Amino acid sequence: MLGVQQRRAGGTGVDRAVVRVEEKTPVADGVVTLTLAAPDGGRLPDWTPGAHVDLTLDNGLTRQYSLCGDRWDARSYRVGVLLEPAGRGGSAYVHEQLEPGHVVGLGGPRNNFPLVPADSYLFVAGGIGITPILPMVVQAELLGADWRLLYGGRQRSSMAFLDELAAHGGRVQVRPQEEHGLLDLPGFLGEPRAGTRVYGCGPAPLLGAIERACAGWPPHTLHTERFVAAERGAPVRTTPFEVELHRSGRTVVVAPGTSVLDAIAGAGVEVLSSCRQGTCGTCETTVLAGQPDHRDALLDDEERAAADCMYPCVSRSCSDRLVLDL
Amino acid sequence: MTRTASPTAGLPVSDADPFSHEVLEDPLPLHEQLREAGPVTWLSRYDVHALARYEEVHAALVDWQQFQSAAGVGLSNFRTEEPWRPPSLLLEADPPRHDAPRRVLTAVLGPRALRQLRERWAADAEELVDQVLAEGTEFDAVPALSQAFPLRVFPDAVGLGPDGRENLLPYGDHAFNAFGPPNDLVARGAPRVAELSAWVGEQCRRESLAEGGFGAAIWAAADRGDLTPQQAPLVVRSLLTAGVDTTVHGISAVLYAFATNPAQWARLRADPGLARVAFDEAIRWESPVQTFFRTTTTAVRIGETVVPEGHKVLMFLAAANRDPRRWTAPDAFDLGRDPSGHVGFGMGLHQCVGQHVARLEAESVLTALARRVARIELAGPTRRHHNNTLRAWDSLPMSVELA
Repeated sequence: MLGVQQRRAGGTGVDRAVVRVEEKTPVADGVVTLTLAAPDGGRLPDWTPGAHVDLTLDNGLTRQYSLCGDRWDARSYRVGVLLEPAGRGGSAYVHEQLEPGHVVGLGGPRNNFPLVPADSYLFVAGGIGITPILPMVVQAELLGADWRLLYGGRQRSSMAFLDELAAHGGRVQVRPQEEHGLLDLPGFLGEPRAGTRVYGCGPAPLLGAIERACAGWPPHTLHTERFVAAERGAPVRTTPFEVELHRSGRTVVVAPGTSVLDAIAGAGVEVLSSCRQGTCGTCETTVLAGQPDHRDALLDDEERAAADCMYPCVSRSCSDRLVLDL
Repeated sequence: MTRTASPTAGLPVSDADPFSHEVLEDPLPLHEQLREAGPVTWLSRYDVHALARYEEVHAALVDWQQFQSAAGVGLSNFRTEEPWRPPSLLLEADPPRHDAPRRVLTAVLGPRALRQLRERWAADAEELVDQVLAEGTEFDAVPALSQAFPLRVFPDAVGLGPDGRENLLPYGDHAFNAFGPPNDLVARGAPRVAELSAWVGEQCRRESLAEGGFGAAIWAAADRGDLTPQQAPLVVRSLLTAGVDTTVHGISAVLYAFATNPAQWARLRADPGLARVAFDEAIRWESPVQTFFRTTTTAVRIGETVVPEGHKVLMFLAAANRDPRRWTAPDAFDLGRDPSGHVGFGMGLHQCVGQHVARLEAESVLTALARRVARIELAGPTRRHHNNTLRAWDSLPMSVELA
């Protein structure tokens, strides 16, 4: 069974580091959506369109999935997962083994692909790249922006969310390759112009084609997100690790299910915190040695790689030992 | 307002005026009364529902879906009433419009962005404390420290020019009064609104803001397309509105707390690393921002009461911060307590975006003061400053014994 279920709530907050699979639904050939909720049914951390979460699966793999649900529903997340037979096992695990009732580790949400304000948007999605775009079109509609979506895929039956997109009528062009050939990007984008933002998500060849098609557009027009396997210095651990508090000369063992913040407090060292969701930054702590397992919503990839600070309310350790400046 | 006031049967009713001078002078009795009355109370005078317990205040703060900010976070309902100035893109906005301004300002004022200010502000604080103590060991801490330090470092950090900085405090004071009812405090500020607003508006222009400051960083975000050029000046305005008075009153709060709790001062001197905790404990204990309103977007059940859609809800942050259901010995200012989770900075997606700035300012002042001052006590009658939203001091005469 999954070994991360027995986490205790810290302080007044509920532990946000796990979610439970509520539903698993096939939505297209090779695509399932997962509906995720907090084990206690409480609010999940807020997110914005373009955000993703890290899900730590029971087979030890961590995978990033864009949130594609409704942010007005504070109690559930939805992600879409494409079965990739040539992948490293994350999608196969989700498709074949993960079931409602299972609990998975949660990191984030983080957003490296935010929707910036604009008068008009052109969205291009390829295949499962539709997932971050889906909440974006909802948001563009809410903002009263002019927008259109060009959505490509191998064949119609493999393209997820066509039913939801149908509600937007003529703003959405669905172009399965089997029926239409390659996407006509120049025709869709039209002449370069100011005030428009282009958002693209999908496989690398499509993103390359979008970049070439946008070459003549004003700077900062194009926003893309690539789906790449998360690179980590070490695999996420499900076993205890040590945290050495350098200044106070103490060492604590952090068991699975206990936050680093609570473990430190248990050793008599208080670290000021506030949100307990990895979003406010109050508990920022300097890391002197070791490799943090970052679960916050604040650090970008470069800052994560630097491994010089962490937010112990949610973040943990990849290495056997972390040394903190406390 | 045409809706007849007919609160749910059994709902506690209070005709108290939280914005009267009597309550502003000492709000604690009203806070206790509202907390003990129940999870929600109807304030008949203003036809609003009031929350004073930690659990309900916290729940309303984080639930932006059901408790919106875009209808104003004061008594005035922007759905039906004209705001006194163009609404804030942060405080008075909801998702999705709130997203981009918040994202930009979170990065500009984030803990990592402030690292480069730490040493400079520590040196500034030492210099200020040395200056104050050189003139004597008795002083009024409000002008000498609480106002002097933020006014010395914050406008520079934003990148403001040297002229007109004296406008910042009265502008902020009026903005926070304007969240309350149109009472004498608002009337007192009204004659200068046009002049002060014009000055603030002028400072928000790209040309007014020095390179390297928070203001220039906001405009740089507009150049990258993360904000529109129309949004940038209003985001700068948020810094100037909410970034000065609040920190002034926060520093006053912690200085007053220490002056009246000498054992805690000794504790800080023994372990200066407690400065951050001390400031947050003072924010909990005194709650410089006392209240904010939300507006329901749907009928919301709180306890046994259903608050109708479109209704103003008044959240007493200060009362929540002293709720005995959440805090042990809540009236004690105690550095041994973990104040984490207090709602003095709010909570959720509107939580004070400048909280790290406030903490760094206060930590700088406390650290410098702890180095030089062995004892600190009140040296005369104190005087409160009344504001519809803020809990503040006009005067804190103090005498100190040098270390």
